[in-house]
Amino acid sequence: MNKQSNLYIFVYSSVMVIIVAALLAIASTALKPFQQKNIETEKRLDILKSVGRAQDAEHASNKHSYIEDEFSKVIVEQFAVNVSGVRVEGVDPFKVNLKVEHAKPTEEQNLPVFVAQLDDGSRKYIVPMLGRGLWGPIWGYISLNEDFNTIFGATFAHKSETPGLGAEIATTDFQKQFQGKRIFENEKFVSVSVIKGGAQPGNVHGVDAVSGGTITSQGLENMLRDGLEGYQEFFKKSKK
Amino acid sequence: MSVKIESEPLFSAKNLKLITDPINKNNPITVLVLGICSALAVTVKLEPAVVMSISVIAVLVLANVITSLLRNTIPARIRIIVQLVIIASLVILVDEVLKAFAYDVSKQLSVFVGLIITNCIIMGRLEAFALGNKPWASSLDGLGNGIGYGIILVIVAFFRELLGSGTLWNLRVIPESFYIKNGGFYENNGLFILPPMALILVGIIIWIQRSRTRELIENE
Repeated sequence: MNKQSNLYIFVYSSVMVIIVAALLAIASTALKPFQQKNIETEKRLDILKSVGRAQDAEHASNKHSYIEDEFSKVIVEQFAVNVSGVRVEGVDPFKVNLKVEHAKPTEEQNLPVFVAQLDDGSRKYIVPMLGRGLWGPIWGYISLNEDFNTIFGATFAHKSETPGLGAEIATTDFQKQFQGKRIFENEKFVSVSVIKGGAQPGNVHGVDAVSGGTITSQGLENMLRDGLEGYQEFFKKSKK
Repeated sequence: MSVKIESEPLFSAKNLKLITDPINKNNPITVLVLGICSALAVTVKLEPAVVMSISVIAVLVLANVITSLLRNTIPARIRIIVQLVIIASLVILVDEVLKAFAYDVSKQLSVFVGLIITNCIIMGRLEAFALGNKPWASSLDGLGNGIGYGIILVIVAFFRELLGSGTLWNLRVIPESFYIKNGGFYENNGLFILPPMALILVGIIIWIQRSRTRELIENE
């Protein structure tokens, strides 16, 4: 057959596309379970880190099973609430996608809560949040003490913030600042501010911003406020 | 040799040259100045740089071999499209495999694995070499160029991680106690973390390479 003819080119490209499509479809389907597992493990790890657990996950011989064990040991309860603080039935809080929830009207949002029981018997309430950094999404988990006011721990992660600048939000040094901060002032929700130039010592509602990472810091502050705001009613109700 | 011998040894001098040439005299990054963008982006740490190099080597060798096998069937008018399809499918496969088995690294590399597709080295080798040569020679050419690319990446990443973060392969090299914040005298050089420093390092490598390899210097 003449290799320069239109028919040859047409047949050649059709066959090529079909073969390639089949190949990629097979590969994608075959690898999906592994990829899903990685994503779930990472989420569990983030949740555990916010209460200071699973610190040696990097050295675990089997990361997946180690984290799954820790998670089922530490997280004793998980549920979703709505904006008026009432529990929503029939929602798997672990599978809630915050991006989807944020797109819904406020009253219909499902807000996940993970309850951790630590070795000393105290309970911590972990809430997830999602926001926008400079280059891409940032997300994190905040754990609160039983007074639903004091922050016990925080963990943040990002997709593509600048290394050395905005990406510092993912370091433990930055996250440690949140310990002991309060989100309510006299029953009024004030969240935690990320203050450029540094928070005053003794300020229980502010932490130091990342130097050189102004927009990421601002994004983090917005994420905290927007993320925690929806839980206000739940916090108030649970305190009583 | 007056007559061309049909079966030459697998690692003949000519074939070996296919591997060694791109490592020095025809290095894709420092001499041909191809694939610079990814060299800047993934060299903050050693680990992603090595994974990126391995990925590029894998894609380049396989793409070269596949193109070479198909070279007599590919219609000349759509050859670029065919090459692109081959590269793109291989890159997607690499990306999926990394996501499944090296999730942390794939997160660090993020979009740059996908951007292997646009790495000019690969397209360049397919067009310049694989379309006109046998599979074995093509695979060696791919290997050589991949290694040539990888070596530069690793050298750049070595210095950037060491001087920018004080670690190598995420292990601490410069002791914590040296740092000013712990009462020492040392501070990481933040410039090494940012892309411009990679460009400067590549420039220094080119400088050293040219002063050692005289034939690379153009005559006026």
